[in-house]
Amino acid sequence: MPYARTDGIVAGRLDADTLAGNFGDLHPKLDPHEALVAADRCYFCYEAPCVTACPTDIDIPLFIRQIATGTPEAAAKTIFDQNILGGMCARVCPTETLCEEACVRETAEGKPVLIGQLQRFATDTLMAAGTHPYQRAAETGKSVAVVGAGPAGLAAAHRLAMKGHAVTLYDAKAKPGGLNEFGIAAYKTVDGFAQAEVAWLLKIGGITVEYGKDLGGAVTLGALREAHDAVFLGIGLGGVNALAAEGSDKAGVDDAVAFIAALRQAEDLSALPVGRRVVVIGGGMTAVDAAVQSKLLGAEEVTMVYRRDAQAMSASKYEQDLATSKGVRIIYNAQPVAVRGNGAAREVEFAYTRSGPGQFDVTEDTFTLPADQVLKAIGQVLDDAPSGLEIERGKIKVDAAGRTSLPGVWAGGDCATGGDDLTVTAVAEGRDAAEDIHSTLI
Amino acid sequence: MANLSTDFVGIKSPNPFWLASAPPTDKEYNVRRAFDAGWGGVVWKTLGLDPHIVNVNGPRYGAVYGADRRLLGLNNIELITDRPLETNLAEIKQIKRDYPDRAMIVSLMVPCEEEPWKFILKKVEDTGADGIELNFGCPHGMSERGMGSAVGQVPEYIEMVTRWCKANTRMPVIVKLTPNITDIRYPARAAHAGGADAVSLINTVSSITSVDLDSFSPEPSIDGKGSHGGYCGPAVKPIALNMVAEIARDGETAGLPISGIGGITTWRDAAEFLALGAGNVQVCTAAMTYGFKIVDEMISGLSGYLDEKGMTLDELVGRATPNVTDWQYLNLNYVAKAKINQDSCIKCGRCYAACEDTSHQAIAMNPGRVFEVIDAECVACNLCVNVCPVEGCITMEPMAAGQTDPRTGKVVEPGYANWTTHPNNPSAKAAE
Repeated sequence: MPYARTDGIVAGRLDADTLAGNFGDLHPKLDPHEALVAADRCYFCYEAPCVTACPTDIDIPLFIRQIATGTPEAAAKTIFDQNILGGMCARVCPTETLCEEACVRETAEGKPVLIGQLQRFATDTLMAAGTHPYQRAAETGKSVAVVGAGPAGLAAAHRLAMKGHAVTLYDAKAKPGGLNEFGIAAYKTVDGFAQAEVAWLLKIGGITVEYGKDLGGAVTLGALREAHDAVFLGIGLGGVNALAAEGSDKAGVDDAVAFIAALRQAEDLSALPVGRRVVVIGGGMTAVDAAVQSKLLGAEEVTMVYRRDAQAMSASKYEQDLATSKGVRIIYNAQPVAVRGNGAAREVEFAYTRSGPGQFDVTEDTFTLPADQVLKAIGQVLDDAPSGLEIERGKIKVDAAGRTSLPGVWAGGDCATGGDDLTVTAVAEGRDAAEDIHSTLI
Repeated sequence: MANLSTDFVGIKSPNPFWLASAPPTDKEYNVRRAFDAGWGGVVWKTLGLDPHIVNVNGPRYGAVYGADRRLLGLNNIELITDRPLETNLAEIKQIKRDYPDRAMIVSLMVPCEEEPWKFILKKVEDTGADGIELNFGCPHGMSERGMGSAVGQVPEYIEMVTRWCKANTRMPVIVKLTPNITDIRYPARAAHAGGADAVSLINTVSSITSVDLDSFSPEPSIDGKGSHGGYCGPAVKPIALNMVAEIARDGETAGLPISGIGGITTWRDAAEFLALGAGNVQVCTAAMTYGFKIVDEMISGLSGYLDEKGMTLDELVGRATPNVTDWQYLNLNYVAKAKINQDSCIKCGRCYAACEDTSHQAIAMNPGRVFEVIDAECVACNLCVNVCPVEGCITMEPMAAGQTDPRTGKVVEPGYANWTTHPNNPSAKAAE
């Protein structure tokens, strides 16, 4: 029976009960009492800073007041009006760098109103009722192709369907959800929430889904433009950056994105192999999600190594603290030089760096970490963008309304320029592009 | 530590904190716990004639909450004691014997005839109680039977019953007044005329706390119906403070001892009642909300305050009364401006919303959510201070004489000038 100190990449380091506990809900839903206590703390600010900080401009003081006055379903409607994936965003948004960082009670007491958890309370309450709060407008006779059933595509599809357009939603995978389904730590979205949310969203009607249809393969942009009045691309970033270190082709060196996707799709976590000593390279949310989940799967030692300092890390302080609280060690200012091992990875050599604003140097000072599994989380890139689209800094170039360089083609989410690569930003971009498509078609 | 012992109309108690006549003083068990906890005295829950009354068998209380479900107001439809008279009398006698240093006042309510009063006064005197309080305040139930506030709303009845009591007992007589009248001075004057040793106020305010929006019953609901109850707790404190002050500064009742009641929750509340002229205070809702232990905070807070001020309790009583005046005598030469302390401001913008939407457009919202008062518009209404969630962040700063008020363009005059001499007042008298 394998355990934490079993060498190599093996499954079953922890028993099923321990795994179930480890991968339980990070922040369980507030109960009604907790929600009322939390809601009471909101000051109902004027032109509230939390709203300004929200990429989807949810009227946060209003929905919290609606919770406080005993109408959580109305609160949910306030949220969904701006963000149809408000349920997922309540779970995965880095609120500590968005609404809750801006909360005046963070300024006042260092304890913001629990906006994310209140949002989940409201959206879960409405979604648990099984009803869908929107109705489609009369059919417009226009059809729109939405490519990618991730946050951007889902938000666009819902808004377009609501406006009365006939939407066909394509996704390369067999399941919808995009990163919500394949790319976010399991403990942030338990109990199949990503799929339940899509099923609930599709209740709007008017959306035909075509799964297993990848752009450039089963469908082409040219054909979509022919067949539809407009096309929205929310195809995400399908590729990953290569690791520029000697030996990075050795066995045991994997993409963190693939590791997380496999974990999210695993029926049985105890059948999922993980290394004894895992080294995660990178400093973003994907790196944290991969590192923490490796630890939760039973790896003995998990080390995250980031080439710049803590301030530069794109994972928030909260995420870094989460990682260290789960037993992940974080090494700042080091980058990999070589992966060593006889066929399979055995250790990684790193060189310390010096970094600061506008400064980055690799030093001669090196160290070595034993590793039987190396997870690369050094950024995702746009893979195989359809030809004819103007690309800027590796992404599909769009204007403020989401229009690409091709007439009739819009794009949003991680694949497009503008905004951070966050679920909530993707939702805002999908929604806004849908509005622009609507005003263009009508 | 300041000496908090008081002598209120000859009734001595180790501190000025009495429990008001109410459920906490209904029976021996509770009162023993109260005295063990340190309360200076109790006013025993109102006694009546046998056969004793009955209470409803459903909810007796309704509530109004503030943030975090803090109880701000409580109403009740409970009546006077629902236990036999002799049971109460025996317990009162035993308690007074066991706690001789504490004040034991007995609240009474019997029909408006002299005989029942004579009868019950004799019974109470036999217990060794220190005094009586006439319940002319209860606004629900008993008032339908011609007692409680039905008496308290008719000054002639107050005077008559007070006179009967003074004639039939050696015990000090405290008359408890109802706030459910238009001018508290009239019942107070009537009590004074009848020979009352003191008045106590306020009793509860007639109220419906809420309506169930599914059953459409007022709360508290008894089988789908509700009846107006008596409202008390922090929400009624401002009403009570004003009424205490009105009696304290009325020429006809000035000097009449007052036992202050109404939403007293902390030592500060108590000190405010004392400063406005109450000789002691009575507490109920705060004890019902937090238990008897709150008296520890009241004692430590009040004695600490008196020590800090170098003041005796007697010196505090009535200290603020002379500062209660009519509007017409307020100094119109006093000009203040709101000032927002940027260091403590948390940028919620509530002052801005309040001023911009509902007041004088005297706060600017500058880039970076920097809120600043526009002196040329500020009338010093104080609303921004009141809605600001941070204590002390916004203050009212008086302007010095000789400065020009940018709102009016007028120089702030030194000295005092009020409405009686203001040129806009048609009945102004020229200064002599």
